[in-house]
Amino acid sequence: MSSDDGEERVPLSRRPEWADVRPLPQDDGPNPVVPIAYREDFREAMDYFRAVYLADERSLRSLNLTSEVIAMNPGNYTVWHFRRLVLETLNVGLLEERDYVDHVAEHNSKNYQIWHHRRWLAEKLGPKAANKELEFTKKILTIDAKNYHAWSHRQWVLQALGGWDDELDYCQKLIEDDVFNNSAWNQRYFVITRSPFLGGLQASRESEVSYAIEAIMANPENESPWRYLRGLYKNDIDQFLSDNHVSEACLKVLKSGHNFLFALSLFLDLLCFGFQPSDEFKRVVEGLRNSVASSSDANLATSVCNILETVDPLRANYWAWRRSTLPSIVC
Amino acid sequence: MAAVPSSSGSTRCSSHPHPHQEMKLTITQLEQLKVERKVFEIYHLLSDVSPHAKSLMMELWRDKHIEFLTRGLRQLGPSFFVLDANRPWLCYWILHSIALLGESVDSELENNVVDFLSRCQDKDGGYGGGPGQMPHLATTYAAVNTLVTLGSERALSSIDRGKMYKFLLKMKDSSGAFRMHDGGEMDVRASYTAISVASMLNILDSVLIRDVGSFIQRCQTYEGGIAGEPGSEAHGGYTFCGLAAMILINEADKLDLPNLIDWVAFRQGVECGFQGRTNKLVDGCYSFWQGGVLALMQKLLSVAGKQSEASTLCGGLGSGESMYNMTSSTPGKLSDIGFSFMNEKTECGPLFHSVALQQYLLLCSQVLEGGFKDKPGKNRDHYHSCYCLSGLSVSQYSCCKDPRHNPPLPNEVLGPYSNLLEPIHPLYNVILDKYYKGHEFFSSS
Repeated sequence: MSSDDGEERVPLSRRPEWADVRPLPQDDGPNPVVPIAYREDFREAMDYFRAVYLADERSLRSLNLTSEVIAMNPGNYTVWHFRRLVLETLNVGLLEERDYVDHVAEHNSKNYQIWHHRRWLAEKLGPKAANKELEFTKKILTIDAKNYHAWSHRQWVLQALGGWDDELDYCQKLIEDDVFNNSAWNQRYFVITRSPFLGGLQASRESEVSYAIEAIMANPENESPWRYLRGLYKNDIDQFLSDNHVSEACLKVLKSGHNFLFALSLFLDLLCFGFQPSDEFKRVVEGLRNSVASSSDANLATSVCNILETVDPLRANYWAWRRSTLPSIVC
Repeated sequence: MAAVPSSSGSTRCSSHPHPHQEMKLTITQLEQLKVERKVFEIYHLLSDVSPHAKSLMMELWRDKHIEFLTRGLRQLGPSFFVLDANRPWLCYWILHSIALLGESVDSELENNVVDFLSRCQDKDGGYGGGPGQMPHLATTYAAVNTLVTLGSERALSSIDRGKMYKFLLKMKDSSGAFRMHDGGEMDVRASYTAISVASMLNILDSVLIRDVGSFIQRCQTYEGGIAGEPGSEAHGGYTFCGLAAMILINEADKLDLPNLIDWVAFRQGVECGFQGRTNKLVDGCYSFWQGGVLALMQKLLSVAGKQSEASTLCGGLGSGESMYNMTSSTPGKLSDIGFSFMNEKTECGPLFHSVALQQYLLLCSQVLEGGFKDKPGKNRDHYHSCYCLSGLSVSQYSCCKDPRHNPPLPNEVLGPYSNLLEPIHPLYNVILDKYYKGHEFFSSS
């Protein structure tokens, strides 16, 4: 393996500064299972790492060795943990460490250890690090807009260090880029419900409902805004039932006669909570029922379940279960 | 017996794009279309061939899988260095897969596994990713499940349960949640692996479970699924971990179960397999993570039904009183909840399409040279082999009320009946018989 700058890697056994250390082989036993045919440079670096780890040698050369080992296997949590102990002991510049993590993370953006290390680092740096951290996650999200670790880190940064100002705009931009990006919708919900500057879910509900419905009308087959819309009424069933926007959105999509699965599913939720449907609703559902030839029932919610069972055979068992658990008060 | 669902029921984002939008699809839609094309190509092929060829295509290539798995146990190439901190996982993925296939390894190899894992056991309890590495909850879970899967007295007694308890306690944060390792990250995975291990080893107590339930409850998102941390996105892996942990501590009723079921039910898509998150791509491993959630739910449906009713009547969730009362089987101790759970009645069939899922696994995930993969176009690996086979077992037994005494009917198993795998305990994901053996061992010692 050659190092980053292209120079040939000098084995540790040939480096004078390691002459006093006796490498410690892995204790795999005489008949190991799942044995890995390590390459020589990997085995050697790990042998030296084990030696300094066991001796708890918190030195600059140990720090450099962890960099070498991490470059080979960034998934080794023991090495990262030891690196933090060394950093704390040596009091090394944290900004320098951040540059280092920037570098490692570029090629390993889905690794738990790197993100945990990043969080540890940012916590030490405090609020002044917020911008840099947000920029960093933005960079990763440009490559993969659904990177789970990057989003978790971003949320942690916002809550622990701040930087909420542009977050709603950022969500907006990502949703515009790809309206099917559920991670961006989730982040929007996070901002709406948790930003200290937006006044909470109730204050934003009206505008968010419009936002979600607009996205639904453009792509009624997109599950993300439907779940978002439902989420806006979490723990507030009364509003969910009384807000005409929700039922009107359902009706509009149902009337169109295609891509109506999520609309019908949300309509079923409404009915289960005691929604009183208009005659128009009943007519539209009856029309759908006829068009898909599912069995009719005096009870509207039962009819809805029947339609869902027919048009969504993959979930036939689920809709049958929903039908069997319809509350008695539902019409 | 093909189960290609009709396109009218499709729920994926690529279905029926408006004509004027076809020119301008988003990344999510483009990626989805690519996968759908590959998957449907396979399914169309299936509909064109003779019944004999069809039955061959549906076959589980047992010998090839065993060969691939056993080889990994004996030797792994240099490229596996990336899993050097996950070797107990490799043991679990491989040995659980072999056990699912109804096979076992010879006693010499079994002893070698026990010996190797003993070298991964920390002197202060718990297991690390390899000899000399720090103990870590995930590899501890993998090591314990491996040893239970082996099932010999030598294997089971090699676990230092006294020190294990101390290790688990050390991983518990003041908030109640668990960290993966000393100074490590705190998430729903950590809570599940800690609780699962403690429950399995009969060392679960009120100290370990304190405030775990409220942490997991805070991780349930507006979508219905569970995230790794409060605020993050609902995700199949964390949803399984969160629900299983909640059941093991008897607090499943704290979750919004109807919403959770709805979210998971919608994760199965036109490809017939499960996706991990809303609008993400199908992946065979979620056959277990998501399919397993719905398998667990089959025993919680009465609780979920009561929650639906309560929310209708009171306009909000639950009154705080525990609805999942296990008094029918009276668990004397917390560790026995996993045992009692299997005695709970299964009231109806699965809430997912189990034949369709089997079709995805056999045709799109199975690699004819042995092993399983995420989706067509990807490579096989041991992780996907383990979770595809686990998901296959879950779906084969999903209509079974008592898997140990009444095996599934032929029409519940896709392909030849010889495809039938061993049943698992869905809370721990170990073979059911091995679970009972381990439970008996740890209850009496």
